Amino acid sequence: MSIDLTRRRFLIGSSVAATGLLTGCDALVESASVNDILQRAESLTMGAQRLLMSHQPLAREYTEADLSPVFKTNGTSQPDSEDYARLMENNFADWKLVVNGMVNTPLELSLTDLKAMPSRTQITRHDCVEGWSAIGKWTGVPLGLVLQKAGIAPGARYAVFYCADDYEQSLDGSGRYYESIDLVDAWHPQTILAYSMNGKDLEVAHGAPLRLRVERQLGYKHAKYVMRIELVDSFKGLWGGKGGFWEDRGYEWYAGI
Amino acid sequence: MTSVTSDVTKNGTAKPKKVLFYRHSVAVRITHWLNVLCLSFLLMSGLQIFNAHPSLYWGQYGADALPDPSFISIGAVEDGDTIKGITRVGPLSLTTTGVLGASNEDGQLSPRAFPSWITIPSYQDLATGRRWHFFFAWFFVINGLVYLLHGLIAGHFKRDLVPTRDQLTPKHLAHEITEHARLRFPKGEEARHYNSLQKLAYVGVIFILLPLMVLTGLTMSPGFDAIFPWLLDVFGGRQSARTIHFISASLIVAFVIVHLVMVLVSGLWNNLRSMITGYYALKIEPEKETSK
Repeated sequence: MSIDLTRRRFLIGSSVAATGLLTGCDALVESASVNDILQRAESLTMGAQRLLMSHQPLAREYTEADLSPVFKTNGTSQPDSEDYARLMENNFADWKLVVNGMVNTPLELSLTDLKAMPSRTQITRHDCVEGWSAIGKWTGVPLGLVLQKAGIAPGARYAVFYCADDYEQSLDGSGRYYESIDLVDAWHPQTILAYSMNGKDLEVAHGAPLRLRVERQLGYKHAKYVMRIELVDSFKGLWGGKGGFWEDRGYEWYAGI
Repeated sequence: MTSVTSDVTKNGTAKPKKVLFYRHSVAVRITHWLNVLCLSFLLMSGLQIFNAHPSLYWGQYGADALPDPSFISIGAVEDGDTIKGITRVGPLSLTTTGVLGASNEDGQLSPRAFPSWITIPSYQDLATGRRWHFFFAWFFVINGLVYLLHGLIAGHFKRDLVPTRDQLTPKHLAHEITEHARLRFPKGEEARHYNSLQKLAYVGVIFILLPLMVLTGLTMSPGFDAIFPWLLDVFGGRQSARTIHFISASLIVAFVIVHLVMVLVSGLWNNLRSMITGYYALKIEPEKETSK
């Protein structure tokens, strides 16, 4: 018994020594205080970009000739809830976008309602946090128009997007996809609720019936399968408290980089 | 000119005199070592980020959805009941199991582009890789700006790094290349200044490769592209910028390897001391000194 233990200790010891440098790095990576320091760079990045963006420039818009031949499907490609299946069966005729929270007039908008509103079409580049890019043509309602219709109550700071998909299977709903942006991005003219991609109705794989486009940030901010938009003054109480599915898993809330 | 009195040994022959001269200012020494720290973490976290999508493209877009052509990719394929790593550069395909494409993680051969011993963290974790990368990117940029300002104001670039006209003649360059290849380095008074190959390498890294890293890095940021859309035109698109970022990083790694070898073969302790204390030792031949 004791011999075994010693031997085991020796084996553990030697493998620790062999990977000493690696373990050292990983220990640093996992240290909470190191993370706190490193995370400060995120506010520096956001502050710097927002300062240089104070004139609200548009993201580059491309031409039809630049479209990706195949726009990669990423994240959820088919939400698997029964509710979503029912909506899909009916071609989303019964689907309604709920806009509530800190608004003057809560709204329920059908696809027909949204399509009757003024639209914007833009050919933009979608940049995934992993590194790839795809160019697609999006048509939708500027989010600003929807917010105008609802009227933002004083004190509201963020728009939270609740989605129909569980990106991580869970029984308690903790794997539900959600995202949030602040009002600077919400009012930006290229921030649209897209119902059409490349001239056709948005496909299920790309977020039917409605997905967010927030062109100056990375792909994970562009929530698919949007069911509800809530105006809030803080997202601290939602899921992991970081303002989004990937944010709760360590990614930056400000994904302009 | 440093005055040197030659020591005369017992049998009467003159021995070279060691003279210490102040080579590196305190600003250069501090920014050099901070740069070592930044570039090490930037490389390791950068490879972690690369591993999340180990393919490189040219142009505005590029993803692993056919038919976007990638011209460099590092991946794993099934090989019986195990896997093997394949590195593809254009039409060239190489099996690189153990290092690229497939390597050991927790004692098991796993699909990963770059091996765990060179990524931070050692396991796959893009979010953490990005956090480290951007922190050290800011650190690197601030440190670099301090260095550049100092170099301009203190005259370091003009005095020490810009090659002189005679140093750039083809004859002189050819001579230095053959001398370097034989690992023969300038001695005595000649070693007071950087030779032309050294100057060209430093200038290339400081004024071309490192700024290129920053600019191509910024071109990958969707926010920055909205602020400075001309970056996309300069580099031919976000995916081209990503590719150039990777290639210049590789060239910087190549520079660092050559730099370390040169430090080693041209006098490890002397070089290290000069980058720590500032003082570099020259060996002056007394005969030469008296003949002048």
